[in-house]
Amino acid sequence: MERLPAFELRRASSLAEAIGWLAGTPGARAIAGGTDLVPNLRDGLGSPPVLVDLSGIAGLDALVAGDDGVRIGANVTLARLASDAALAQALPAVVQAAASIAAPGHRSVATVGGNLCVDTRCVYYNQSEWWRRSNDYCLKHGGDTCHVAPHGERCHAAYAGDLAPALIVCGARVEIAGPDGTRGIAIEDLYRDDGRAHLALGPGELVAGVVVPVQPPRARSAYRKARARGAIDFPLAGVAVRLSADAGRVASLAVGLTGTNSRPLRLAGTDAWSGRAIDEALLADLGKAVQKQVSPMRTTLTQANWRRQVAAVAAQRLVRELAEAIA
Amino acid sequence: MGKRLVSLVVNGRLREEAVGDATLLLDFLREQLGLTGTKRGCDGGECGACTVLVDDAPRLACLTLVARCEGARVETIESQSAGGRMSALQAAFHEKLGTQCGFCTPGMIMAAEALLRGDPAPDEVAIREALGGNLCRCTGYVKIIEAVQAAAGVGTPGDAPRRADATQATR
Repeated sequence: MERLPAFELRRASSLAEAIGWLAGTPGARAIAGGTDLVPNLRDGLGSPPVLVDLSGIAGLDALVAGDDGVRIGANVTLARLASDAALAQALPAVVQAAASIAAPGHRSVATVGGNLCVDTRCVYYNQSEWWRRSNDYCLKHGGDTCHVAPHGERCHAAYAGDLAPALIVCGARVEIAGPDGTRGIAIEDLYRDDGRAHLALGPGELVAGVVVPVQPPRARSAYRKARARGAIDFPLAGVAVRLSADAGRVASLAVGLTGTNSRPLRLAGTDAWSGRAIDEALLADLGKAVQKQVSPMRTTLTQANWRRQVAAVAAQRLVRELAEAIA
Repeated sequence: MGKRLVSLVVNGRLREEAVGDATLLLDFLREQLGLTGTKRGCDGGECGACTVLVDDAPRLACLTLVARCEGARVETIESQSAGGRMSALQAAFHEKLGTQCGFCTPGMIMAAEALLRGDPAPDEVAIREALGGNLCRCTGYVKIIEAVQAAAGVGTPGDAPRRADATQATR
């Protein structure tokens, strides 16, 4: 890779200071662990004049369990999340997702906020400057055509964060801090279906933390991903499931998906399955629903249709396994 | 952009150095301090060849800004041997043939060092997970895993070299 472009590094000591710098400096970017941002900058994907270092902000790495749930600060590292025994009991899908991200050398510094805001990925985007130049760049950066869908109007780069689908099925909310104060939104609403601008954050806004409510009694959750390498890799398709069941019937089912669209998805229509027996007919309907709602494009070297099928099969297997664990 | 002074401890020695905001820890170690044991492999966070320890945790030097290492304790492969003697991990990689071309070895050993500090007797799954981010194109990994087991004294009974205190050797 190339050396980093020149920038000024500013170490924020408070959220307000970071927000002020981000809102007041055109093109400034926030840096937490930097495991996504640094390689992208080294590939020439942006040249921010200022990087605002969030790692010194007091309290942003708090991980607090209370009566109404768990609050996970944006600076909590993935290594800490992945090794938290209490969370592994309360929110297994979230802990499994954290443990599946990259490798120990990344997780020791990569953060929850960073993984939620991880850039979208595409085989035409995550390339060196000379590679992209020789291909007339692409719609996501420097060009005017999406090489994945040249006749379309939008960028199809795929969202590849692992935590988001797990947090979606657990009903998490995101705390966003910005120049106008702090607001809370459902985690699904942090994302837009546009590979070029997939985060619904305004100027100067930052993810400050995630709040996960207490999970329903007898609910179980899990996360699984398909990837090219058995370690380190981004999901080609990732699936989180939270199931609560009673006597072999669905009490509630939530399915979150990543790697297949420009945003993480909550599978629509699962509420209608409450009361149904967990049998082959239900799993068939689940598989069909996943295949219909995901829209993988040719953003990876792996075939899009394989990713569609693997998302469906992973969802089916997780539901079957969770149902067996509950029974 | 201007430079700033950072002070950090590298392999037990306090360093105060002028660095650029955009200087990577990998370039700092190799070019400014001359510690070329840390290898530049993929140079993009995918191969683990540049793994070093920062405050006991494994880190990829190719993704780390040295300006953000103020006050940190950095350890590289050069910290492993002491007084001309190999550490337990180095000796085990040597004896178990965990090294072939050798390019991945510094990163492998530092990733294994991070593991053994937290888990002195890891099982094979833990070793595989700890080394999951480190690519080797020679060995097929079997000999590397055996080397870590031998260093930890958890390999086949009878053939493990006695484990020297690797943490002590780095101080």
